[in-house]
Amino acid sequence: MFARGLKRKCVGHEEDVEGALAGLKTVSSYSLQRQSLLDMSLVKLQLCHMLVEPNLCRSVLIANTVRQIQEEMTQDGTWRTVAPQAAGRAPLDRLVSTEILCRAAWEQEGAHPAPGLGDGHTQGPVSDLCPVTSVQAPRHPQSSVWEMGGPRENRGSFHKSLDQIFETLETKNPSCMEELFSDVDSPYYDLDTVLTGMMGGARPGPCEGLEGLAPATPGPSSSCKSDLGELDHVVEILVET
Amino acid sequence: GRVKEMNTYAWPTVFGGAGGESERTRADIISTVEFNYSGDLLATGDKGGRVVIFQREQENKSRPHSRGEYNVYSTFQSHEPEFDYLKSLEIEEKINKIRWLPQQNAAHFLLSTNDKTIKLWKISERDKRAEGYNLKDEDGRLRDPFRITALRVPILKPMDLMVEASPRRIFANAHTYHINSISVNSDHETYLSADDLRINLWHLEITDRSFNIVDIKPANMEELTEVITAAEFHPHQCNVFVYSSSKGTIRLCDMRSSALCDRHSKFFEEPEDPSSRSFFSEIISSISDVKFSHSGRYMMTRDYLSVKVWDLNMESRPVETHQVHEYLRSKLCSLYENDCIFDKFECCWNGSDSAIMTGSYNNFFRMFDRDTRRDVTLEASRESSKPRASLKPRKVCTGGKRKKDEISVDSLDFNKKILHTAWHPADNVIAVAATNNLYIFQDKIN
Repeated sequence: MFARGLKRKCVGHEEDVEGALAGLKTVSSYSLQRQSLLDMSLVKLQLCHMLVEPNLCRSVLIANTVRQIQEEMTQDGTWRTVAPQAAGRAPLDRLVSTEILCRAAWEQEGAHPAPGLGDGHTQGPVSDLCPVTSVQAPRHPQSSVWEMGGPRENRGSFHKSLDQIFETLETKNPSCMEELFSDVDSPYYDLDTVLTGMMGGARPGPCEGLEGLAPATPGPSSSCKSDLGELDHVVEILVET
Repeated sequence: GRVKEMNTYAWPTVFGGAGGESERTRADIISTVEFNYSGDLLATGDKGGRVVIFQREQENKSRPHSRGEYNVYSTFQSHEPEFDYLKSLEIEEKINKIRWLPQQNAAHFLLSTNDKTIKLWKISERDKRAEGYNLKDEDGRLRDPFRITALRVPILKPMDLMVEASPRRIFANAHTYHINSISVNSDHETYLSADDLRINLWHLEITDRSFNIVDIKPANMEELTEVITAAEFHPHQCNVFVYSSSKGTIRLCDMRSSALCDRHSKFFEEPEDPSSRSFFSEIISSISDVKFSHSGRYMMTRDYLSVKVWDLNMESRPVETHQVHEYLRSKLCSLYENDCIFDKFECCWNGSDSAIMTGSYNNFFRMFDRDTRRDVTLEASRESSKPRASLKPRKVCTGGKRKKDEISVDSLDFNKKILHTAWHPADNVIAVAATNNLYIFQDKIN
């Protein structure tokens, strides 16, 4: 499936009547799947607005997976080509995956719990490999973006936000993944900080673009808290004290 | 022979919600199961922080073939949810592990832990009550001292058996990360607790300090790529313990060699098979549980797809590998997507170390007989558990034409996962936790 050494389709230069469709078909399915896996992994690393501390083991395993993909893509040279300016098949590559991810996000509004909640949340029967269409994307992408504080443009769409990720990631060297675990001597919840840049005093990490992404749906006890802005959240804590 | 033993589990006792899926509440989900040293008591912990202890009935001499059935003995709230105001994060009350202490007197002691705090509970029976106090009435109200005109000696009167649980020690504030394991030492005085990055050694009498014996936190958290997933003391050598990692390795440490056991004595790792390498290789190699055999000669590890038995004298590779659900290998991407790939399954030995058991999906659990090399898949569900009939072996159809009674991989219910199982330390009695139901099966054959 994702084994290294898997032979890839030869990408030819076809000028079919089908045009884009033919282009899609010639896009390496391996690259597409790998891209989807990368997208999925980055979404899974979204930890904002979770009231319960996320699982460090899971985060480490996902981050290692992202690192592996990055390394392989760097070796391939495909990492460089995931740039908005690049011509050729790469934008098509990215367009397909992000568009389908967007569709999945809107379809799933209100339907699915967040990734990473561990046992207890509903999971349907496993279907055949179909990574792009059932990514557990965050709920309410629009409203959350607006409700989050901080100096940020109104991005709006999930689609655009993923572009943000790739822009920020590609400008750094592959070792930028280490930044996810930056903050010496702090517990790992600061991974949250780095990714979202939400909390005061957070180090501006390379993955700032992720803050444009809507937060993952929180646990059942905090469904109302997830939509509070940062200030509201702080006030609520003070009141509860 | 031994083979038959695995196919004849029957006499299920089921504890749990009687309702269907809609009545299942998160708080009821069982998160740990553990027999005590004699097997007479079985403790379960759940997501709501409760501990329920079951006790085996004394076998009735007039009915020699009657099974000692388990009934509820005690229920208590061990942990409550807490809020860490500094981090604005909730600390879950879910009981991650329960470990019994060896019994030394009439009372029973166990350790229960959530993500951050370990508690020592004393469970004791009371079947007598004192009556005839001078200073208070029978209902507990204080008597007016001026009304007391005569003194009497309180006498003990029998009462209905009451089982009380009281917290005797609280071991807190020693873990920055989530506690995944606790293990009582064979010296019966100390125990270890392990979180994602550190392992601490405690004395059961002392709650205000612990010794840090393993610390794998990197100086620069950017370099973090591996965490501790489980730890256990050797059953007989009180200076030896092991811990497993998310990269599929096991380190054996000897506390005699140094106070801080960052240097392991032994390092167990199976070389990777390059032909099966994928982006999921590391995730599925992550060890979710490690258990020493009762003999202390072997240890068993559980990763996502298999159970491995290691000889402590051979670090290069396991001596046995048992496939739990190899048919999931082609579904790893979907299982990654829905997070099932991060499920942490436990494993256990039978009393004689001749068989091992672990859970799977669809309420299936697997037993492997090490002597005969036979294995069986059984199901824990109310529908398939008739009181006197043996559990019917199940089979998953991996491809081709599905035979009658087989289940296809795509029909498996990944919500129904059996993460926690326990085997009686001496008899063929097993406890299987299926979400919020506890199944106790006994062997038909004596």
